[in-house]
Amino acid sequence: MVDEKQLRSIIEQVLGEMELPDINREERHEIHAAAADTAVSYKEEGAEEGVLPDISQVNVRTQYLVENPRNKEAFYEMKQYSPARLGIGKAGARYKTLPYLQFRAAHSAAQDSVFSDVDPEWIKKMDLFCVQTRCENKDMYLTRPDLGRRLNEQGVLAVKEKCRKNPQVQIYISDGLSSAAVMANAADVLLSIQQGLKSFNIETGTPFFVKYGRVGVMDEITQLTEALVTCVLIGERPGLLTAESMSAYITYKGTIGMPEAHRTVVSNIHRFGTIPAEAGAHIAEIIKIMLEKKASGTQLKM
Amino acid sequence: MKLKTTLLGHTYEFKSLREVMAKANEEKSGDKLAQIAAENAEERVAAKAVLAEVTLEELRNHPAVPYEEDEVTRIIQDDLNETIYKEHKNMTVGEFREWILDEKTTGDRISRASRGLTSEMVAAVCKLMGNLDLIYGAKKICVTARCNTTIGLPGTFSARLQPNHTTDDPKGIMASVMEGFSLGCGDAVLGLNPVDDTAESVARILKSFDEFKRKWEIPTQTCVLAHVLTQMEAIQKYQAPADLMFQSIAGSQKGNEAFGITGAMLEEGRDLMRKEGTASGPNVMYFETGQGSELSSDAHNGWDQLTMEARCYGFARHYQPFLVNTVVGFIGPEYLYDSRQVIRAGLEDHFMGKLSGVSMGCDACYTNHMKADQNDIENLASLLVAAGCNYIMGVPQADDCMLMYQSTGYHEAAALREIFGLRPIPEFDQWLEKMGFSRDGKLTPLAGDASVFLDEQMRRQEDGR
Repeated sequence: MVDEKQLRSIIEQVLGEMELPDINREERHEIHAAAADTAVSYKEEGAEEGVLPDISQVNVRTQYLVENPRNKEAFYEMKQYSPARLGIGKAGARYKTLPYLQFRAAHSAAQDSVFSDVDPEWIKKMDLFCVQTRCENKDMYLTRPDLGRRLNEQGVLAVKEKCRKNPQVQIYISDGLSSAAVMANAADVLLSIQQGLKSFNIETGTPFFVKYGRVGVMDEITQLTEALVTCVLIGERPGLLTAESMSAYITYKGTIGMPEAHRTVVSNIHRFGTIPAEAGAHIAEIIKIMLEKKASGTQLKM
Repeated sequence: MKLKTTLLGHTYEFKSLREVMAKANEEKSGDKLAQIAAENAEERVAAKAVLAEVTLEELRNHPAVPYEEDEVTRIIQDDLNETIYKEHKNMTVGEFREWILDEKTTGDRISRASRGLTSEMVAAVCKLMGNLDLIYGAKKICVTARCNTTIGLPGTFSARLQPNHTTDDPKGIMASVMEGFSLGCGDAVLGLNPVDDTAESVARILKSFDEFKRKWEIPTQTCVLAHVLTQMEAIQKYQAPADLMFQSIAGSQKGNEAFGITGAMLEEGRDLMRKEGTASGPNVMYFETGQGSELSSDAHNGWDQLTMEARCYGFARHYQPFLVNTVVGFIGPEYLYDSRQVIRAGLEDHFMGKLSGVSMGCDACYTNHMKADQNDIENLASLLVAAGCNYIMGVPQADDCMLMYQSTGYHEAAALREIFGLRPIPEFDQWLEKMGFSRDGKLTPLAGDASVFLDEQMRRQEDGR
């Protein structure tokens, strides 16, 4: 792991290599400082002497590649209000090399998070047992959402056998559309929910992992465990801003075929969105209210 | 109607025209999901061979959803020019395909024939076209429409400026607007997909767009792509200035109900635009479509996604829209699995839109759970320009941070114009030159410098001191 000082120097180096020809020293310093501030949260292993800086770590908000801009400060300031890839300049009517590569890097992370599986070691380390939906592989998962909403036969048996019956709250984890999101956030969110619920004296069931899961499979799980509240932590379809965004879907007495509007959703859980520990506390709070008001989704008035 | 054929020594007997239409489609994951796709490649060709012998009249008599049950069917059927329909009704789909491609058949003749075509006929002929046929046929057809400016003129190619933002932040949106215009995007429309679908918020954004458009004297049109009722409320209650009224549409009444709309509602929206809209018109509507949306709301009536998509265009033309575009790769791999299917669908939708007589664009796009990447979408965009597509999207570096998908970037329209020798809409082209962003149809070194719009602001402020 690199420390903060090393990170600053990597970012300084990347920025130094970018074309910011007309920017005076003071302003350049400001841009660098802003970039480095954002960089602090990106700790990356493997950065060392003689290694090119990681282009995926550059914050697009602070990157400004337009050559000889008329009023760089004013647009730089406006750009801070947008996560879009702005101020990227051009090479003819095409992209400059650095933003081109950054885009490719972000897309590669997004695709990998969809098409890879959650590491079985991670599931083991989390002390979870693993069940599967009726999807047999990733392709089937992506093309047959109906099969991803039902557990396979062994899965049904395993949940019946291993899970405590009639808990107030059943929590489980599922890969969904981003394995990276689950591995980045689920451990902290789960811990935080459990701590929160414990402080409210609410008891939880046996957590487990569902492979190739769509959100809807939670209703079958509710029926099998006879939980009052069911909560799934599931990977969201990744965008290029982050491939690590996770959501929690929560129902009160869910049933197969229930309207989607009856689910409560906490989305955008990742290190640049709602941070995991905070999300977990918020979810525990929501569950407490659901149990009190006996409702979820649009039926729940918070 | 003969529904039986032999092919490669096997006999194929189809039960209905619906089955033939579904199985004649090129491979799509959505048709498999609906469990109506051909079992294998040979059966697909057998279905095409059967379809080639079906007449246009038989297609008219078998709409995907019965006339009595569905207002989309009623609108399409009632809008037909019966005289023109009668001229073509005895053609088989195979003959009609050749007629479209024939050197003696001009684009004007196709546009005239279009008035006598139902969407099932449009879909059927599309199923017998190869990708190059779709490009060749579509290229002949020229559909123009006028809002404040005229889109679709020969020699032009346009782009929607799509400045979407994760929280509708006013400054953040305007940063994207400035950069987009500086790269020559936005002659089709300046149009935002809002996060906040409330009339007040929509009105606020429309006002900021109108202000910017007036201040810089940009010859284009503005739109915020909220629900039609929200836009109407924004106009009536908050006096929002709107050039175009948007709505997502589907190919069946049930599909439209899932979007919360009816034909009457769109008519009401268009009436309001005529009376209180800011555009000169006469074309003041903007629609988006996309294969698979009917299946996803269980509103496909057992029909294939291509036919349901064709019906969107038949429905759309009733409202004489300025813009219609398919958002071809947004729906995901359960409907269009990979780049091959998305490219095919993009070309199909564009062809069918033009054959239906609407001003057609395409959001050439993909999501990250689809087996496609930016190279594929650049291929599709290039093929669409070759096919004479009116417009594509312009998003900052192709990455829509709000809708979490990738489309075409601000730079793409400019590059494609230069490659194919095309220009933006004439007034907009002149504006770009006046601003210094382009010269003789090519971007200048100043292009891409959004700060030009701020420089001027500052200078004016200083002048005022």
